[in-house]
Parts: sequence; structure tokens; C-alpha cells
Amino acid sequence: MTWIPEAASNLAGKVDGVILVITLISIFFFVLITAVLIYFAVKYRRKRDDEETPYITGNEPLEIIWTVIPSILLILLFVYGFVVYKDMRTPPKDAVDITVTGKQWIWTFDYYNGKKSLNELYVKQNVPVRMIMRADDVLHSFFIPQFRVKQDILPGRYTQLWFTPTKVGTYDLYCAEYCGTGHSQMLGKVIVLSPEAYDIWEKGIGVDEGDAVASLPPEELGEKLYKEKGCNACHSLDGSVVIGPSFKGLFGKTGTLEDGSTYVADENYIIKSIYEPQAEIVQGFQPVMPSFKGILSEGEVDALIAYIKTLK
Amino acid sequence: MANESVATNVYVPYLEQKGFMSWLVTTDHKRIGIMYLISISLFFLIAGIIALLMRFELMTPMADFVSPHTYNVLFTLHGSLMVFFFIVPGLAASFGNFLIPLMIGAPDVAFPKLNLGSYYIYIAGTIIVLYALLQPADTGWTFYTPYSATTDTDVVMITFGVFVLGFSSILTGMNFIVTIHKMRAPGMTWHRLPLFIWASYATAVLQLLATPVVGITLLLLIAERSLGVGFFDPAKGGDPVLFQNFFWFYSHPAVYIMIIPAMGVISEIIPVFARKPIFGYKAIAYSSLGIAFISFLVWAHHMFTSGISEVAATIFSFLTFLVAIPTAIKVFNWLATLYKGSIELHSAMLYALGFVFLFTIGGLTGVFLGALAADIHLHDTYFVVAHMHYVMIGGTVMGFFGALHFWYPKWFGKMFNESVAKLSWFLVFVGFNITFFPQFFLGIQGMPRRYATYPEEFQSLMALSTYGSWILGLGVLIMTVNLIKGLFSDEKAPQNPYGSLSLEWQVPSPPPTLNFDKIPEVTDWTYGYGKKKEVDA
Ligand code: HEM
Ligand SMILES: [Cu+2]
Repeated sequence: MTWIPEAASNLAGKVDGVILVITLISIFFFVLITAVLIYFAVKYRRKRDDEETPYITGNEPLEIIWTVIPSILLILLFVYGFVVYKDMRTPPKDAVDITVTGKQWIWTFDYYNGKKSLNELYVKQNVPVRMIMRADDVLHSFFIPQFRVKQDILPGRYTQLWFTPTKVGTYDLYCAEYCGTGHSQMLGKVIVLSPEAYDIWEKGIGVDEGDAVASLPPEELGEKLYKEKGCNACHSLDGSVVIGPSFKGLFGKTGTLEDGSTYVADENYIIKSIYEPQAEIVQGFQPVMPSFKGILSEGEVDALIAYIKTLK
Repeated sequence: MANESVATNVYVPYLEQKGFMSWLVTTDHKRIGIMYLISISLFFLIAGIIALLMRFELMTPMADFVSPHTYNVLFTLHGSLMVFFFIVPGLAASFGNFLIPLMIGAPDVAFPKLNLGSYYIYIAGTIIVLYALLQPADTGWTFYTPYSATTDTDVVMITFGVFVLGFSSILTGMNFIVTIHKMRAPGMTWHRLPLFIWASYATAVLQLLATPVVGITLLLLIAERSLGVGFFDPAKGGDPVLFQNFFWFYSHPAVYIMIIPAMGVISEIIPVFARKPIFGYKAIAYSSLGIAFISFLVWAHHMFTSGISEVAATIFSFLTFLVAIPTAIKVFNWLATLYKGSIELHSAMLYALGFVFLFTIGGLTGVFLGALAADIHLHDTYFVVAHMHYVMIGGTVMGFFGALHFWYPKWFGKMFNESVAKLSWFLVFVGFNITFFPQFFLGIQGMPRRYATYPEEFQSLMALSTYGSWILGLGVLIMTVNLIKGLFSDEKAPQNPYGSLSLEWQVPSPPPTLNFDKIPEVTDWTYGYGKKKEVDA
């Protein structure tokens, strides 16, 4: 682990410059102050109880020196931080727009080319992108450490942010503004593709039934969807309760709903839970699950059911 | 106004009167100070235990000890109790009450009954919040809308409790301002005042001016939740960021309400144990006021990523850098006070020197957060958690512990075990650094705060932080036991064990009920240590 994450956007290096300069200046003052502190504490340690000390109440030149020098340094740091900030806030004209919607606890991305994805953001290497962002419910914050970008997203107002991804790879996307029970599970991935790979992605698999749906066995596709579509934010595989009921041993189980009636977790129950989650709430849980209608096709729900069946 | 003290020659310590009633109706500032001291210490310990539970949960990436919802409740409680019940009333209400009249040579504060009233208001707020624990909120101590307006936990009760507490703070602040203006002993000019008094004065001004804003903000939130008025809800034409503006307009100055009294304490302890006059008295005194003033103009530095305009962000970043200057000045002056001193490393002095060291780290890391580009990356990560704790524990809590050890003999007339005190200082100091220093790296790596679960790559540093919290907890435990045991010891404290020149040390320990037999005549400033040549007032 290096002390700062890999720099994977055009902005990252600039931000690191600011952080590095402040770090060096801080280390200088920290070492200076600590050294003086320890030196005085040792050198002037009381040896006899009747030691005489001089009556010094101040020193104006010193006072001026240690006011003026830090002031100048601080103002320079302010300027440096501001200059880089200005770049971070000024997207180039040719940036490509992607719309980001955050809701408890899922990221949705709508691309200029009409594609849509969930929790996985696909971007093309070396092409600047501008995120146009909005929240559906409460505050969230779009944070990619490797790109050094962060911006809160708000209900009822658009905020934006831009970057140019410079390295092919997969990076973490975090929600950085506290948004409730599933906050720490509101994770996504940013997938930076080379121009060639991006073209393939653009033509190929999306949320509509693409090649992948046909080509994978249903259990495996279900497992993939479980992670990609954000089920894992709230449903564990090990029996522990995160936000919703665990998937472990779920299929075929009976239980009680909020209204006191009982249910059997069969195929119909699961489909309904995915498409109309508010209709039946299991006792002891909050009605917080979003509907996946229009996000998961019926074929994909079938795959998820097949996967859940494997989780004994 | 308290009556002008009649010269009585019989010494009746203020602790003499026994019985529950004698405490319930007391208007003695020293006894009210004790009641605050006990209350805030209890909250510190409770919120500290909650913190240990949180750190225990965070030892592994999964939510295996408590559920995420429970974790969110815990950090809300930890933050709210620490901020509103411990650290904001904190030194100001406990040591401020005990020391202000003694230090300025007055028999009591200006409005003793109001002072007791403020304490009762504090207790009322406490009871409301304890009631709120029946269905504890999960919003964080910041209560950001729209989450706080929509979560189905009980936000109204806890915010109402905090609202009530605000009045206690306002009235105490007002009381102290009047006391410092009107009750100084003859000859106690402004430039002879102990620096703790200057610090208390700056704090009181902040309490008086800033607290009403948070009160109103919390009322608006309560109205939004219970009456459905849309101040902050965009669907009803409100503005979700408005809440943050209001909240930080109070809470940033509140940060200085928390730290300035501790700076005052440090300015008292260092000269006594270095046997040197404080270096740069006026620079320290006026920098307190300077900090208090600028602190009203920097609130949006908590909001650089919130969607405020770039122009606003730039102006607030600039003002934030300005507030760093008076803070740096204080650190340099404390250091210079040590020069050519005769330094005794008493436990109180160790806390004071620990303060200078840790607060320097807290202050320097604040520069990262004030610089726009760096803050974008670091905001809402563990870097902020670390910075905040370096300022609050490394600063305020060290000042609080230092004050406890320093004025203990005066306050209670007893002594604690000094070797045990040194040991607990060591554990607190080491444990604190192990707990919080790794969090700077976690934050730079991108670990967001308020996460009940976290990606595995962060585990080794998170676990290290948890081990540190055990050492820190042990240190606080030993310290608490040592201080409580001291109360029951037979060892009587001398009147002035450290040879301090400040007025509170010139009366017996514990002080008489009316503080001074005769209101003293002040002829010199408080810091006349060392071999004098010529004194200029
Ligand atoms: C006993 C030592 C302490 C430990 C181990 C500790 C630990 C923690 C932890 C683990 C968090 C949660 C961080 C997060 O998830 O974002 C936290 C938050 C916080 N702590 Fe402490 N803490 C301690 C003492 C203090 C003190 C003395 C204060 C202030 C007087 C304080 C004030 C806060 C505040 C304001 C928060 C933010 C709560 C929030 O995010 O809503 N803590 N602390
Ligand atoms: Cu979020």
C-alpha cells in the first residue's frame, strides 16, 4: 500500500501536488515545534527547587517573524489549492455527459448513447467525462479516491463534476455523505476501458438482454447480477442481517409479514419482492428496497432465483 | 449581585455544608462548577464507552458485532453526547464557573441564581435526550436534512434536547461576560487578567452570539418533521443545503467554544511549571478574540463539496487560512515561554505539553482541509475523523485533563497519586496516537467516514486503530480511578503547592465559601515569575 492511492485521472496528479506540498511544509513545522519542545523540556528541566529564571515577557521582532512567515506560507498554500480547484471545477467543452442518480443505496448511470447501468460506471480512457448528478431521496456523495474527485449530490438540484480517466482498470466508487442504514454498502465500480474495449461495450451488453444473459448458466449470471445490481448492498450470503433478509437459506423458507400474514419464499414471492418491494414487507424490516422494474428483465430475475436456490 | 464580602475570620470551606439540599439550591459558583464537572465527566465516560464499542465493531470489515443500523445509532450518540453534552459545556461551564470569580477576585459570578438556573436547564436537556434514547436517532450529530427529516428514528426528541441545552449555554455565556466586566477586584485591569479569563471571555461571546442560530435551525427541523413545513425539502420548494449553512454557522464557532477554554488552561499551566512569565501575553489574549471573530466567517469550509458556488468556496477557503494564523501564534508563544525556564514535569504540565504537540498535528492537518483541492479528496473521509479528534481530544480533552490535575488540590483540598497520574498520562498519550494517527492514512487512501462496514484493504490500519483505543481506554480508566481515590485520601492539599501567583492559589484549599476574606487589591499581573527588573503593567 502506498501512502496515497494510484493516480488514475488527469486531476489526480495535480491534487497530489497540493497534498504533497502541504505535507512537506507540515512536516517541517511539526519537526521544528516538536524538536524545540523536547529540547527545552530536557534542557531546562528543574534540577533544584530554588532555580532562578529570567523575567522575559515577550519579544516584538520574534512575534512579527512568526506571524508574518506563516501568513505568507498560508496565503501561498491557499492560492495553490485554489488554482487546482479551478481546474477541477472547469470541465472542457468536449466532455461527454453521463447522468448519475443516487438513491438509497444504489447508483444509476445514464449514458449519452442511451445505455444505462447500475453501480458500474463505464468510461473511455483519455476521454473527459462530465457527471451530471442528482439524488432521488437524501444527500449522497460521489467519491472516486483514485481520481481524487468528490461531489455531494442533492435531491432537487443538479451538481456536476468532471475528470479524464487516464488508466485502464477498475476503481472504487464510494458514497461519502452519510445516507442512512446502507451508507457503507453504497459502493460502485468505475470501469475504465480502452477505446477498443469501450466500443465493444457500447455495442454489446447492457441492461437489456444482451449476449451475457444468453451465454452464462443461470446460477452464474444470477451471482453476477447479485453483485452488479447492488443486491449485495443489503442482502448478505452468510445469514447475517445487513439491511434486508439474508439470501442464505431464503428459498422455500416461511416467515411472517408486517401485517401478520405468513409467506413462503417461492418464485412468485421473490419476483414480487423484486418488482414491487413495498407490497410485502417482512416483519422486522424497513420498507426501503427500491423497485427493480425496468432495471432487471424477467430473464435476469429468473437467473437471480436460480442463484438464490443454490444458497442453502 | 452577590453581597460585598464582609470580613469574616473563620474559615468555612465551601464544601463544609453537607446534604443533598445544600447542593440543589446552592448558588455558589464553585459548587455549580462541581455539578457541571460531574455531569460532563459522566457524559464523557458514557460517550467514550460507546466509542470503544464502535472501534470494536470496526476491527473487521464486516458488520459482525452490531448491525449497520446499530452502528449508525452509536456514532450519532457518541458524536452528539461528546459535542453537546461534554465538550461544548465542558471546560467553560465546569472550570469557568469554578475559576472565573476566584481568578478575578470576586465572591461569585454576577448572577448566582441565574447560574444555578443554567445548570437546571442543562439537566432538563439531559433528561429529554435520555428519553430520546428510547428510539435513538441515526442521523449523526450533524442532523443533515433531508435524511434527518425523513428517517423514522426519533430525531425530534434529541434535537429538542439539544435546543434546550442551547439556553444553558447562552445564559452561562452572558453571566460570564457581565462577571468579567463588572466584578474584577480593584487593580485587576484587563491587561493583568489571567489568560484563562481572556479565553473564557472570548468563549462566552461566541456562546452568546452563535448558539441562538443552532437553536432556530433545530426548531426549523422540528417544524419540518412534525408539521411538514418545507424549509429544507426541495419537493416543497425548500433548500437542502440551507440546513448545512445554518448548522455550520453555529457549529464552526462552536468548535472554538470547545477549544479556546483549553487554550486558556494551557496558558495558565505552562508559566507556573516553567516559572516564567507567559511569553507574548497580549498576542495570546488578542488572538483569542481574533479567533472568535474570524470563526464566524469560515463556516462553509465544511461544505466545499456540498454544491455551494465556486466563488463562495474560494472566499471561505481564504478566510479559513486566516484563522490558522492566530492559532499558530499561540503555539509559538507557549514554546517561547519554556525558554530558560525551570521546568517541572508535573502531570498537569505533561498534559499541557501533550496538548502543544497534539494540537500542532491537529492544526497542521487543518491546513490540508482548508486548501480547496486537497479538501475535495479528503472531505468526509477518516482524515477528517483524525483531524477532528486531534483537535478535540489532543486539544480540548488534554486541556481538560490538564486542568483536572492542575486545579484538583484547590478544588477539593485533596491530592491524587502523582506517579499513577503520570502513568495514565503516558497511556492516554500513546493510546491516543495509535488510535488516531493511522486514520490520517486511511483517509488519504479514501476510506469514507460513518461506514459501518468497509473494504478489506483498510483492515490492517483499522485494526491498529482499535488496539490503540484499548490503550487509550485503559489510560482514562486509570486516571479516573486515581482522581476518585484521591478524594478519599487523607492527604490534605496545601494552599499553593506549585507556587502560582494567580489569585485562586492565594486562598486556602478548598476555598472558603465567599472566596476571599477581603476583596484583594491587585497590584501586578498574574505572571510575574522569574527575576524581575522592571514591571510595566
Ligand atoms: C475515547 C476516545 C474516542 C474514540 C476511540 C473515538 C472514536 C470515534 C469513532 C470510531 C468515530 C466514528 C467515525 C465515523 O464512522 O465516521 C467517532 C466519531 C466522532 N467522535 Fe469520537 N472518539 C473518541 C473520543 C471523542 C471525543 C473526546 C470527542 C469530542 C469531544 C469525539 C467526537 C466525535 C465526533 C463529533 C464524531 C463524529 C460523529 C459523527 O460522525 O456523527 N470523539 N469517534
Ligand atoms: Cu450515500
